[in-house]
Amino acid sequence: MAGPDGGDTLTAGAGPLDVEVVRKDFPLLGRLVHDRPIVYLDSASTSLQPRSVLGAMERYYETTHANVHRGVFATAEESTRLYEEARASVGRFIGSKDPTREVIFTKNTTESLNLIAHSWGRSNLGEGDIVVLSEMEHHANIVPWLILAEERGIELRYIPVGPDGRLELDDLDARVSGAKLVSVSAMSNVLGTINPLRLIAEMAHRAGALIAVDGAQSVPHLPTDVGALGIDFLAFSAHKMLGPTGIGVLWARSALLDEMPPFLGGGGMILDVKLDRFLAAESPHRFEAGTPPIAEAVGLSAAVEYLGAVGMDRIRAHELALTGYALDTLAERLGTDCRVFGPPAGEDRGGVLSLAFRDVHAHDLAQVLDQFAVCVRPGHHCAKPLMRKLGVSATARASFGLYNDEHDVDVLIEGLIEAGRLFG
Amino acid sequence: MPDLEELYREVILDHYRSPRNSGELDSPPAHRVEGFNPLCGDEVVVTLLVEDGTLADIKIGGTGCSISQSSASLMSAAVKGKRLDDVYRLIKTFKGMMSVHESTLGPNDGLTGNGTDEDAGAADEPEAADLSKLGELAALQGVVKFPVRIKCATLSWNTLAQGLDDLESAAN
Ligand SMILES: Cc1ncc(COP(=O)(O)O)c(C=O)c1O
Repeated sequence: MAGPDGGDTLTAGAGPLDVEVVRKDFPLLGRLVHDRPIVYLDSASTSLQPRSVLGAMERYYETTHANVHRGVFATAEESTRLYEEARASVGRFIGSKDPTREVIFTKNTTESLNLIAHSWGRSNLGEGDIVVLSEMEHHANIVPWLILAEERGIELRYIPVGPDGRLELDDLDARVSGAKLVSVSAMSNVLGTINPLRLIAEMAHRAGALIAVDGAQSVPHLPTDVGALGIDFLAFSAHKMLGPTGIGVLWARSALLDEMPPFLGGGGMILDVKLDRFLAAESPHRFEAGTPPIAEAVGLSAAVEYLGAVGMDRIRAHELALTGYALDTLAERLGTDCRVFGPPAGEDRGGVLSLAFRDVHAHDLAQVLDQFAVCVRPGHHCAKPLMRKLGVSATARASFGLYNDEHDVDVLIEGLIEAGRLFG
Repeated sequence: MPDLEELYREVILDHYRSPRNSGELDSPPAHRVEGFNPLCGDEVVVTLLVEDGTLADIKIGGTGCSISQSSASLMSAAVKGKRLDDVYRLIKTFKGMMSVHESTLGPNDGLTGNGTDEDAGAADEPEAADLSKLGELAALQGVVKFPVRIKCATLSWNTLAQGLDDLESAAN
């Protein structure tokens, strides 16, 4: 896609995504592990990068690097422009109406969620105020609120997860009643469940609450339109959507941002500083203290360009089909020996498969799979409350990206069968 | 898969499938300690009874992978009924066996190890004679080739050491 200098071969188009063509854009897929081609099934943790992203960052460092919003010299002006263009393209990617004010660059999803809790939370929540979360949240969307609960006595309520791995929304009305904020993930990093955000947002608003969304797993894999969803905050990470580590995004409606106090203090976030007071800059700069991740913003911009060129609808269709293939084939080949948590394949399920295989511990599964060059993640996936609910201490999680194919699933199954043989 | 067979030796699988000294002693009189591996969620509960300078009884509970479970089981069999001096010595030898290699292995499977066997962790390196005293425990040596699993193997040992320290400081 990205043309001659991007070096990627992908061409946009109609019809299904051609995974063979996509795979050529990801150099890491050429790597051998234990003399076998790598089978990368850990995109829920962090994705791989296409050549266009790596190239954009390298070109930036080789030709342009200078600090932003400071210098008047040519390269400083160019790097500022690249950084601000990245903000605009990321904003367009998620349907922001006013990216120059609504898109804040952070370090990652975790920092974005902490920014909401720290800045919006500390100026809007006090003793007894209610924040509604769900039982399927990542620790990043629990601990910042627990900190506020400890610090100022806010009350936390949790939307339960049902036996089918979906949120139980029957009594959502009662649960959000009196709440100031509902903060939920768009897609679970353990179950793959895609939550009905529009419905939850509507209920939250009807109850007079705002809605914040952890989009770490959804933004990389599903088309996102913040306006259509009717949400107030959205947090996500570049490194899970083909971009680099070190940069994340907080999107929020500008009316909210205008009212929010600064997060970190320092350079870049002020209009004026005296010895006894300071005047904060407008959003987004108010929330971006210090030298930002500039090359990373350039990389993220290339990543959303790549995703946009392939098309989020085609990516979703590819991953949906692959998830269906994986669930069917696992059931066919391994039967009841293999348990996959979460809802069945379908519109409300993403490409995240948390596996239990017989009673082999997830760590041992992952170790055996590593010998097949299969990268899966064992553990609690930073969602311990959910794991407790599922009654397991760890699962082995295989997760898909646009570059995965049926062969990857077949090697995964080959590895699981070997684990079964070894552990008897 | 020769590497895997080295990791998952028969002794290890045997202790994993039929753990020795499994369960919990009544506490009190036994002392109860919990250990966690926050990375993977493994947890171990060690209950121990010390009488007259001897580790009179020990039981192991908790959940974990084959390495953490078998290491705990092997440990319990090795320390039960031993004089505390010997228990401490064994803990040191076992942890030495694990940490020597931990420090020689670089992030890439040891391919880029930044130290050599001679200069890394030499102080902790157990004598060959000590290693031979480990008996069945030596089966866990294969773990050192898999650096992320070392924490699994040492979890129960650290928990036992913690328990003994608790008792010692309570006695003083
Ligand atoms: C649902 C969800 N929320 C938050 C995070 C945290 O993302 P990061 O580590 O990039 O801050 C993750 C990633 O692990 C996630 O899957």
